[in-house]
Amino acid sequence: MAETLSRPQNLREWLAFVLVWGAAGLVTAVFCWLLGDIVWHGIGHVSWTFLTAPPENAGRQGGIGPILASTSLILGVCLAVSLPIGIGTAVLLAEFTSDQSLFGRITRRSLDILAGVPSIVFGLFGNAFFCKMLGLGFSILSGGLTLACMVLPVLIRSTEEGFRAVPASYRLSAAALGLSRTTTLIHLLLPAAVPGLLVGLVLGVGRAIAETAALIFTSGYVDRMPESLLDSGRALSIHIFDLSMNVSGGDTNAYASALILVIMLLAINGTVSWLATYGLHRKIMTV
Amino acid sequence: MTSLSNNTLSRWSTDELLCWSLRGIATIAGTIVMLIVVFLIVEALPVLHHVGLLRFFTDPSWHPAEGLYNLTPMLWGTLFAMTGSVLIATPLGILSAVFCHYYAPSVLARPYRRLIELLAGVPSVVYGFWGLVVLVPLIAEIQPPGPSLLAGILILTIMILPTIALMADASLANVPQQYLRGAAALGLPRWATIRGVVFPAVRSGLFTGVILETGRAIGETMAILMVCGNVVQIPSTIFDPIRTLTANIALEMAYAIGDHRAALFVSGLVLLAMIVALVVSAEWVSRGRMYG
Repeated sequence: MAETLSRPQNLREWLAFVLVWGAAGLVTAVFCWLLGDIVWHGIGHVSWTFLTAPPENAGRQGGIGPILASTSLILGVCLAVSLPIGIGTAVLLAEFTSDQSLFGRITRRSLDILAGVPSIVFGLFGNAFFCKMLGLGFSILSGGLTLACMVLPVLIRSTEEGFRAVPASYRLSAAALGLSRTTTLIHLLLPAAVPGLLVGLVLGVGRAIAETAALIFTSGYVDRMPESLLDSGRALSIHIFDLSMNVSGGDTNAYASALILVIMLLAINGTVSWLATYGLHRKIMTV
Repeated sequence: MTSLSNNTLSRWSTDELLCWSLRGIATIAGTIVMLIVVFLIVEALPVLHHVGLLRFFTDPSWHPAEGLYNLTPMLWGTLFAMTGSVLIATPLGILSAVFCHYYAPSVLARPYRRLIELLAGVPSVVYGFWGLVVLVPLIAEIQPPGPSLLAGILILTIMILPTIALMADASLANVPQQYLRGAAALGLPRWATIRGVVFPAVRSGLFTGVILETGRAIGETMAILMVCGNVVQIPSTIFDPIRTLTANIALEMAYAIGDHRAALFVSGLVLLAMIVALVVSAEWVSRGRMYG
């Protein structure tokens, strides 16, 4: 085929080939550089003591024990609030409203906008609403609630997909058997939609763990072990930020914390793609 | 999609109950955006009242303590960083997707796609940290001081690249097979097919991707805060430090009170307005009105 091409055409093809491979190579190289750098500098400091010990000397020495505890508490609050709301909304959008209804359209549109709202704006909102107006102050509760608002769109989107992937025959057969819609939902649709729900859950957790900007003015900086949900607690991402920006000589511990954070997120991403490829697939295939 | 619409003859009162409680829940989810807008406006009102909107653009400088609230340098900072990174990330991202679909052998295409997905999941604070310890010293060697618009653009580029790459990848996967076969039957070589047949077919998908990445670039806070130097000024070269709207909020919120705090909420409103404009235009494009 190549010999039928005119010369400039040939040159253009060759150039495109180089460009495309070059772009892919560049992206791969940057990725390896980034990840390699974090692993290389961080791996030496990660140990069981590092994971459990409290930070000392503003985080230059010691570990990240209380910070991991705060992070999981914030995450727990976030999920406890966002899961019921997210699943409820997804069920309503997928099963109980038609695509054309006004209510569904408005809800979907506002969720689309919510998904694009910058995290720092969530931080402003959380600070004004949860910390000041509801009087929760800088606390794990405020942080978790702010994050819950943030992860809702992600959660709802994939849960809705999960429900839409359930074949219509399920609903029709259940209706033919005279089952109430509540029964159909709880016993048929919900179990069948679990893979979509899990993908949403894991994506939401990923977004919540990675978040920094929304948490600075809501959950705060305090790096002690939190005693209640109304205590201020420092999330892992904020710890990295603080160590690298405000604490001179905090780089080694920042590297180790970054490595922990990246490992957590890689695990989460791995779970998502595993679920998306195998979980969802198998569910649909067994029908 | 057989949705069980509301007028199905249902004899069950539990269904009624379920439906209404779900509506209640969905209303909560749907009103969060409204709440955010309302709270931003309420918190911003005092300063809008005292100072007026115009002075945010005409004041001589940004010195909130002295009552001077000029947001323009930060607006320019955001715009420069956004434009630069979108200009670099868009071609790279699209070429990445093209690589996955038409150039890479299948052994490479799958891991490469996985790598882009991983890149999308790395938290912004890790990008920022890497930029701070690796990229900024490198730039400082070329041209001091190091923390600069250039560093911001490069970090943002890496961060938004997965967005456009994954979006383009999804669009390319939807190109009808007969287009490609048609092109092959005409004897078109690979790049000519991609440029002449594939790209026009996926135009709106690519455009949506660009809009999404732009939104991400505008909203990014931590990474850009860590590498940009945060000097309030309109940069004259790409080696000058800048401060973006988002970084400004993150930096000053901790100690801002009174009108200063309200001014930060005004910049939050400006950011939100930019994002809403982008979402609306994305919707416009995806409905196909853009190309008639």
